[in-house]
Amino acid sequence: MTTAAPAEAAPHKNASGSAEQTPRFRRPGRIRRIALPYLLLLPALILELLVHLVPMVIGIVMSFKELTQFYIRDWGTAPWTGLSNYQVSVDFDAPVGEALLHSFFVTIAFTLLSVGLCWLIGTAAAIYMQDTFRGRGLLRALFLVPYALPVYAAVITWVFMFQHDNGLVNHVLHDQLGITDKPSFWLIGDNSFVALLVVSVWKGWPFAFLIVMAGLQNIPKEQYEAAALDGAGMWQQIRRITLPSLRPVNQVLVLVLFLWTFNDFNTPYVLFGRTAPQAADLISVHIYQASFVTWNFGTGSAMSVLLLLFLLVVTGVYLLLTSRGRKTADV
Amino acid sequence: MAPPRSYYWSRRVFLTLLTGFVLVPVYVMVSSSLKPLADVSGEFRWLPSELTIRPYIDIWSTIPLARYFVNSLIVAGAATVCSVVIAVFAAYAVSRHNFRGKRVFTVTVLSTQMFPGILFLLPLFLIYVNIGNATGIALFGSRGGLILTYLTFSLPFSIWMLIGYLDSVPRDLDEAAMVDGCGPLGALFRVVVPAAIPGIVAVAVYAFMTAWGEVLFASVMTNDTTRTLAVGLQGYSTLNNVYWNQIMAASLVVSVPVVAGFLLLQRYLVTGLTAGAVK
Repeated sequence: MTTAAPAEAAPHKNASGSAEQTPRFRRPGRIRRIALPYLLLLPALILELLVHLVPMVIGIVMSFKELTQFYIRDWGTAPWTGLSNYQVSVDFDAPVGEALLHSFFVTIAFTLLSVGLCWLIGTAAAIYMQDTFRGRGLLRALFLVPYALPVYAAVITWVFMFQHDNGLVNHVLHDQLGITDKPSFWLIGDNSFVALLVVSVWKGWPFAFLIVMAGLQNIPKEQYEAAALDGAGMWQQIRRITLPSLRPVNQVLVLVLFLWTFNDFNTPYVLFGRTAPQAADLISVHIYQASFVTWNFGTGSAMSVLLLLFLLVVTGVYLLLTSRGRKTADV
Repeated sequence: MAPPRSYYWSRRVFLTLLTGFVLVPVYVMVSSSLKPLADVSGEFRWLPSELTIRPYIDIWSTIPLARYFVNSLIVAGAATVCSVVIAVFAAYAVSRHNFRGKRVFTVTVLSTQMFPGILFLLPLFLIYVNIGNATGIALFGSRGGLILTYLTFSLPFSIWMLIGYLDSVPRDLDEAAMVDGCGPLGALFRVVVPAAIPGIVAVAVYAFMTAWGEVLFASVMTNDTTRTLAVGLQGYSTLNNVYWNQIMAASLVVSVPVVAGFLLLQRYLVTGLTAGAVK
């Protein structure tokens, strides 16, 4: 019963080469063994090809075509336009490019603020809740609720709270506290950026909390005890032991938060609808609008490709910086 | 090593404010769902003028909520099952075997996580429309098409997280199983999968939650019969009226299953996430 591979383990194309070492099994299953990892990967490979690679190639091809609504039914016949979609997208003096650039900066500002606040609140909460106190378990469960709620249900509630006439926010700020002299609009105009940020932080910080909490469990207790013996106070312990120990966790956390926030579509879409107000015009919604509202898929694709290139560069640089930091820290 | 007073003091203030921030929307959701329409249409009140469960009855007839619920359940469930099964095989291959192209595969999987959903929406939309035109198979607007698109998010994340998790399951376990006469697949199913249950549960929870909450693809790729909750709830705002009490009631109804499931299983999510993230 030492069969190494399942019955359907026919030799696979890619199986040549790659010498497997241990001749532990005497059976002629060598080829099968080499083929096995590929067979296991096959479903994932096919799906990755289907949902990622093929659409991406098509997306890139689309970005070189004049793809307006007339060609949607049969996009292959749309005329080539070379780089003109890209030229339109990056011509920052013309309306389309100018709007894209604006949206890009809004997204950057929004992402930095949101990720920063999520990280700060999540880390503070996780550190404060490290030792046991009464009600800790309940509080912990409560804090995870915003993360667990489906985006649209949570964001719709915020939409209700931000309503001009019957919303809680204006009721509290204007009627009850008298901070503003008249009820403000939150979902249009400049305030929309604040509204989006609040909702994004409310929804996002529990993820940071969850990850940091798990990271804290890996810090050995002895380190704190040794520090306490040396006379380090609570705050010093947090600064000298807790935060440095969390570094590897934070590096992954910040990258993931950055990518998720930067690419977030669901929150602004539910908050504002198909067209976001200027001040909160995040790039995902902007591209959506360019493609599905003004029906210019070619330009939309070019913008997507540019966005992807930007994300690749940012992630690459980030990984390079953090891995170098890790190396020097080890020495 | 008793912490200083300032620590306790700051903790109390911070946690109280944070609890308020977290709870207010939850309170608004619950309390508004029990208000009569007049209460939610006028100026906001903290307390309902009268408590009513009417919204919970009306939500089912104002829009076909039950149908949307079933659609969401089918789509999210199928996307979860598919991505977990496929990811287990792939992660096992990467974690336990050396093969040519392994690095290329993991890097590709990792990098697809950074892609914005909007990048795939346009091409998938066109592919579905074209396949529909050419073969008559209606992927566009069908649940199957939506399930396929949901794998764009859940599959790379699942594979990535499971590789990390399987790496933390000792190799000795499956090697011992193989010495005892299991084939690699036997070892996978009899030893590795049971040992990796926390990671698998975590991946399943995550995949289900993202599919249940997804709005972008659902809003473009569904039609009247396949609409999911994410899009369907918009039906409570009509030209004449926005039924805020019903919206809140429906939001609660669609949230309870996922929130309950998440809170029950969150400790698996934490273990799974850190095993995948920290390695």
